[in-house]
Amino acid sequence: MSANRPPPPVSTMLMRGLFEENPIFRLALSLCPAVAVTTAVKNGLMLGVAVLVVQVLSSMSGSLVKHIINPKIRIPVFTLLIAIWVSAMDMILAAYFSDIYQQVGLYVKLIVAFAIIISRMELFSMKHSVVPCFWDGLGMGLGFLVGLVLAGAFRELLGSGSIFGIAILPFKPLLLVVLPAGGFFTIGLIMAMFNWVDVKRGHKLPSGGGGAHG
Amino acid sequence: MADAKVVSTHEILVEGALPADATTIRLVRSSDADIPLAVVSVKPAAQPNSFMLTTAETLNKQDHYQLTAQGVDQPWEIAPSPLAMVVSVIIGSALINNFVFTRYLGLCVFFGVSRNKDTAIGMGITFTIVGLLSGMIAWALNTYALEPLKLGFMQIIAFIGIIACLVQATDLILKKVNPILHKKFGIYLVLITTNCIILAVPLLNATSGATFLQAFGLALGAGVGFALALFLMSCAVEKVNMAPVPMVFKGLPVAFIIAGLFALSFLGFSGLKVA
Repeated sequence: MSANRPPPPVSTMLMRGLFEENPIFRLALSLCPAVAVTTAVKNGLMLGVAVLVVQVLSSMSGSLVKHIINPKIRIPVFTLLIAIWVSAMDMILAAYFSDIYQQVGLYVKLIVAFAIIISRMELFSMKHSVVPCFWDGLGMGLGFLVGLVLAGAFRELLGSGSIFGIAILPFKPLLLVVLPAGGFFTIGLIMAMFNWVDVKRGHKLPSGGGGAHG
Repeated sequence: MADAKVVSTHEILVEGALPADATTIRLVRSSDADIPLAVVSVKPAAQPNSFMLTTAETLNKQDHYQLTAQGVDQPWEIAPSPLAMVVSVIIGSALINNFVFTRYLGLCVFFGVSRNKDTAIGMGITFTIVGLLSGMIAWALNTYALEPLKLGFMQIIAFIGIIACLVQATDLILKKVNPILHKKFGIYLVLITTNCIILAVPLLNATSGATFLQAFGLALGAGVGFALALFLMSCAVEKVNMAPVPMVFKGLPVAFIIAGLFALSFLGFSGLKVA
């Protein structure tokens, strides 16, 4: 378990999180925030950054302590590690960005339960040392961030006719997408788009359709 | 103490002696006792020894009010009946603010286990029971330990710890006491830890400073709402699996579109009110 395999090159680790194993659209992990906070780009960006930081720190600290914890209790230990970083992040955001925090606060706290973070610790941090864990965490976090910003931009542009709160269109093309239901439609459509790009590039889709469950 | 209750949006029925002069009566919301609500008139009601108060502001049957009058020593406390409050919280969290369709929580597990009806029912039952248990324990811990000791910043760590321990304990106890039941529901227990709803319930309760009954209602309503959402979704997914769906939409994308349609229909519950 602790035998270090040579880590893959940095570029692979970064790109994997962004496209091939995009946490939202490919692995279909941590979907709650993807639907919930993406009514505006700003909210998506903030939560994305929070997840990125927590993911990188948790992956690295998980890698640091992997030799001293008994493998049987690794899940509770990892959960506690994540909870510590999330508590810190939660307080920082509440102190410095209180206006956005009002809207997404609950979801910042819920980062603890995001499956993507613990699954990266389990799959990657247990086998690799600290530096590769940093790159892997960064790639996954960036993939998550990009997913949230993409969905946020789509919904804000179509629903409110603006980006970052700046009006771009003089009208609201499709009010439906900022409604609760619109989040589900948006993620479904973007997921289908990822599948479409995959098919065009000549890959085969997984048998259960897009977004195999991790 | 004499009885008083809100009967309609602008009327309060008060039992006991009340001065006929509306200006000597002071009505406040218990939550902000500094702001008096204007009383327009006081009239004798149809029942003996009781009065009907009319107010300018709209009253809410779920709110707590306090009524005092000059020359009367005892104030009237106006509170909704506990049962009505619990029912309204349960309906609110199960239907109006359904955790899956309007708060978008627990989606990973929701899409994972809604592929056939049997697993959906099993997960729904297991989740409701464990969620209720962990919600109540977390509420007790928060009210009697974290709040008095000013350890609010430990909330996340404490709640996730409780949930992890409870799930492990339930797993062990069930395995010993009833292996058949464990064989059937054990697999769902493991999944519960990664469900954000189970963590969101204590966090929401802690943020709103809920009473015991409100916490109970929210925990139960969240479980029932999640079970309902799972069951509905599994019924739809079983049908869609036999339909010719475009290739790029197969699997999760079409599941999202269905969930979106359910969410649209759940918007209809937003008009629901418990009298």
